[in-house]
This record gives sequence, structure tokens and C-alpha cells, in this order.
Amino acid sequence: MGSRASTLLREEEIEEIKKETGFSHSQITRLYSRFTSLDKGENGTLSREDFQRIPELAINPLGDRIINAFFPEGEDQVNFRGFMRTLAHFRPIEDNEKNKDPTASEPLNSRSNKLLFAFRLYDLDRDDKISRDELLQVLRMMVGVNISDEQLGSIADRTIQEADQNGDNSISFNEFIKVLEKVDVEQKMSIRFLH
Amino acid sequence: ISFRCMGCSTEEMGLFLDFNPFDNLLCILLGISFTVWFTLLLVFIIVPAIFGVSFGIRQLYMKTLLKIFEWATHRIERGEPTSLEEEIKEIRRSGSNRDLDHASEFEMSDIFYFCRQGVESIMDDEVTKRFSAEELESWNLLTRSNYNFQHISLRLTVLWGLGVVIRYGFLLPLRVTLAFTGVGLLVVLTSIIGFLPNGRMKNFLSEQVHLMCYRICVRALTAIITYHDSENKPKNGGICVANHTSPIDVIILASDGCYAMVGQIHGGLMGVIQKSMVKACPHIWFERSEVKDRHLVAKRLSDHVEDKTKLPILIFPEGTCINNTSVMMFKKGSFEIGSTVYPVAIKYDPRFGDAFWNSSQFGMVNYLLRMMSSWAIVCSVWYLPPMTREEGEDAVQFANRVKAAIARQGGLVDLLWDGGLKRGKVKDTFKEEQQKLYSKMLVGTQEDRSRS
Repeated sequence: MGSRASTLLREEEIEEIKKETGFSHSQITRLYSRFTSLDKGENGTLSREDFQRIPELAINPLGDRIINAFFPEGEDQVNFRGFMRTLAHFRPIEDNEKNKDPTASEPLNSRSNKLLFAFRLYDLDRDDKISRDELLQVLRMMVGVNISDEQLGSIADRTIQEADQNGDNSISFNEFIKVLEKVDVEQKMSIRFLH
Repeated sequence: ISFRCMGCSTEEMGLFLDFNPFDNLLCILLGISFTVWFTLLLVFIIVPAIFGVSFGIRQLYMKTLLKIFEWATHRIERGEPTSLEEEIKEIRRSGSNRDLDHASEFEMSDIFYFCRQGVESIMDDEVTKRFSAEELESWNLLTRSNYNFQHISLRLTVLWGLGVVIRYGFLLPLRVTLAFTGVGLLVVLTSIIGFLPNGRMKNFLSEQVHLMCYRICVRALTAIITYHDSENKPKNGGICVANHTSPIDVIILASDGCYAMVGQIHGGLMGVIQKSMVKACPHIWFERSEVKDRHLVAKRLSDHVEDKTKLPILIFPEGTCINNTSVMMFKKGSFEIGSTVYPVAIKYDPRFGDAFWNSSQFGMVNYLLRMMSSWAIVCSVWYLPPMTREEGEDAVQFANRVKAAIARQGGLVDLLWDGGLKRGKVKDTFKEEQQKLYSKMLVGTQEDRSRS
């Protein structure tokens, strides 16, 4: 069981992932053994069923949306690089990273990218806009059967009213950022890893 | 000189005439070593097992091993372990990012809570890691417990090689011999006792035979067991419940007391053992078809429990093997019967060998071979004070109370999750509960607003 993990992940790959995501060496090997333990088919990729086998994720009301975030458009399998790229969004922002070189590409765990992750959870059809319908659907996922359609509808209307600035009755990414400008996104969307 | 030569030549001639001198020597050597081997076995292991005494050899062995492991320790660096529960509580305390000035019932940032929880569970969740063996901080010279086995240093590799030779060349054959002896004796002796008429003599003999054979099996695994609080040992007419890590649990408990086993009848060797055991004293074996019928099972168990001459029943309510870092949900069946429950906590020391049976990874024979080629199996058994169901408590609450007591004593994490999640999917009701909780947050605020 253990020997698989150390032989299939080469040093060069670890270095590349380190550069792309900012994880440390031990974090990457640890997540790799997690990846292989989830990969029941042992083919180096995860499918949606592999994720759904995690009980705590299966009972999460937004479990399916979170799982979806790992799979690029139209694909059904995610490899380790893709897995790490998505998890990188939740890496905490370290102090020494805040004043990085402005010409370097934005790190995956920047405030803006964290917000983009959350935005994509709402944006079901990936058209970069949250319509009233999409908001309703996500709300329905979160509350189940406990709130009536009318109540939910009015909640959705109120939310869009407050956020919408250009009057197109849907929330764009910039409007989304504006609504959440006071929220401590860095802390709420970060997960402290095992060292 | 000539006289001596004549003597030599006659001897040599004599020997050449009969057989090759080296063959003879080999036979003699083999014969001697076999006799010595068997005598040692008999004196140091089997005889003490029969009488239940110990020379303390295993304790000494354990201490030596520990010193060697400390020398060979290769520490894996670990930071502070993040507890899932602590993080969730913190997020709840700060609310779901409600901006109190606006006091609206829904915020777009509510999603962060579910989002973070979900991704955390992808990275590491409390349930799936219970079904694979516990990770160790130091290495005990077994490749199977070191996930990153690489060539670390020459000395360590040599030590490991020596360990392999000792374990497979010396310990394994010894243990296999003992195991066969123990099982063989069990089958033969219980069949013989089966011919005796029912009565006190038969019960006494049956108990002695069972204890003796289990003690031999315990030595066959080099299991070093410490029993605590033996005054709480289960009595007739009670049910003994324990947490389950491997099939060895049965041997560990049964070598210190006599129990009536419960289980399904298997074919093959297990079936033979089961059939002969039941001749000597009443165990409860079910046919495969009967297992599904819950009422039948409950009836047979309660019948057995009511007869005070019969031994206490041994049951593992988790229903499957857990990796000994936590206790999972107890199935309520055994707690509905209404007799006294004697909880027992079993905790294995993983430093010497991991006793957890991952049945999806290894079969039984493979597992037993692994057990017998480990250094030792060290565990502690705590007999907890008996518990009975209280007024107004239903079977599920009683089961949870017992489970909490066992978890607390054994230093294991008490989990509400079902051990059945090893193979099956989680029920939707858990998701519905989460949705209900969140809905209350939204709708509750609306009520407050209408009041003000």
C-alpha cells in the first residue's frame, strides 16, 4: 500500500506542483497518499464516485457542487495535478507572499482566486453570471425541503437586488467581489494543513 | 602405530560397508535438534499454557524490542494536528459571515462554510481513515508500517534484514507449530468431552480445555496482554460487548475467561472447529439464512441469556473491524435483549505490529501470516463495570452510553459514524439534518425581524 505512493510520484513532478501551487514537499506527498487512497480504481485519476464515497462530503448539502469544482468543463476524471490545483485555492495566504513580485502570475490561493472558487459554486452553467435561477437552485440545495418556494424566491430576489449594480438581474464576478469586500475571505476559505 | 592403523581401517571399512558417515551424522544432528526444539517448546510454552502461568519471557522480549525501536526511530515531522471539530466550532461562533449591520437572513458568503467543510473532508476525513491502518510516528522495522520505505542508512537496512531473518526463519515456524497444536488440541479434546453426560464435570472440563487451547493460541501469536480490573469479568447470563479490531480479539478475550461465542457457521476448517466447540459447551452458531432474521437471532440470544447455567455471550456490536483508533456506532440488536451488559475495551499497542484486519485488502490466511510474522501483539484489556438499560432509555441511547464508556477507557475516539460505511453509502438523513439546521438560521432571523 505504501510503496505505491513513493514510487509513482517523481521528484520532478513534486517540484512542478510545488511551483504551481505553493505546497511544501511533505504536504504534497501526504496529499498524494490521500489521492491514492481515494482512487479505488487505481488508474491514477479520480472520478465523481470516488469523491462521493467520502461520507462527510456526501452529507454536505453542497457536496456535488464542490466535487464539480474539481472537474474541468466536460471531463469526468481528474488527475493528481488537477486535484492539487483545486486544493491550492484553500492554502492559507502567508505573510511573505503578500508582497510578492507584482509581475509574477497570481497565486492560486489569492483572495481573488478564492472568491472565484466560491463564485463558480453558484454559477451552475459557467457563463460568469449568477442568474436568479442559479441562485435559487443553490439555495434549494442548502436548505432542502424546509423552506417554501415563495420564501426562497423572495430571499433570492432580495439578494440579487442588493448585489446587482448594472441592472441585468444577475450577479457578475465583480458585483460578487463588491458584496463580499468586508468578509475575511483569506481566513474563511483557508484550511490549515498538517505540516 | 600398526596396531592403531589396523583399528582405523577396520572401523572405516565397517562404516563404508553400512552407509555414508555424513548421512549418519546429519540424521543424528537432525534428531537431536528436533528433540531439543520440541522439549523447549513443551517446557517453556505449552506446559505453562496448560496451567496458566508465565515465565515472563514475553515481557522481557517486549522490553528488548522497545529499546531497539527507540534506537532505530526515524521521526516523521508533524505539526499541530488540526482537529476538524475545532475548526467547525470556530466558524460557527463567528456566524456564517453575517454582517450584523444589515441583519439579512441570507448572505452570499454562507457558502464558505459548506465549501470549507467539504474541501476539508476531501483532504482528510474522520471516517475513511478509520478503515486503514494507523500511521506510526516511529518505525518498528516492519516494511508494512512504513509508508515511505526508502534506503535510509546501511545500519538500519542491516538491522531490518536481521529482523526479517529472525521473524520469518525462527518466529514464524515456531508460531505456526504452536497454532496447529492449539487448534488441533481444541478440536480433539472438545470432541472427546462431547461424549460426557451433561453436568458440572463436563462444564468444568470444557472450560479448562477451552482456556488451555486459547492460551496456546495466544502464545502462537506472541500476544502480550495486560488485563485490568478483572473483578468486573462477565458473569453467566450476561452479554459481553467489546470493540472490534481483528479476529484475534476473540482469542484474547477467551484466554482469560469462558464465553459463548456468537457467529455464522463457516465451511472448511472454521466449520470443523465450530462444530467441535459446540459439542463441549453451548455456543450460538447461526446458519447463513438465519442471520438475516433479526427476530430469530434476538430470540436465540435471549433464550441463552435467561439460562443462568450458560456462559456469557461475547458480541462485537460494531459489526466490522475498525483500526483501533476509534469506536464506531454500535448496532442496537444486542442492547435490546435486556440483560446486563459487561463492556470490555481492547487497545492494541501499534508499536509492535498492527493487528487491524483490513478485510478488503487481505484474506484471513494472509492476515494470520502477517500477524505471526510480526514482532509481537501487545494489547491491554479493560473490564468495565457492568451496565444495564435505565428507565426511559431506548436501545440506541443505551448502546451509545456503553460505546462512550469503552471509548473513554481505551483512549479511543468516540464516533457516531456507522462502521458499515466501510462498504456502503451514507444515509441521506444526515444531509437532511444539515439542510434543516441551515434553514432554521435563515427562517429564524425572519421571525425575529417580524417581531421587531
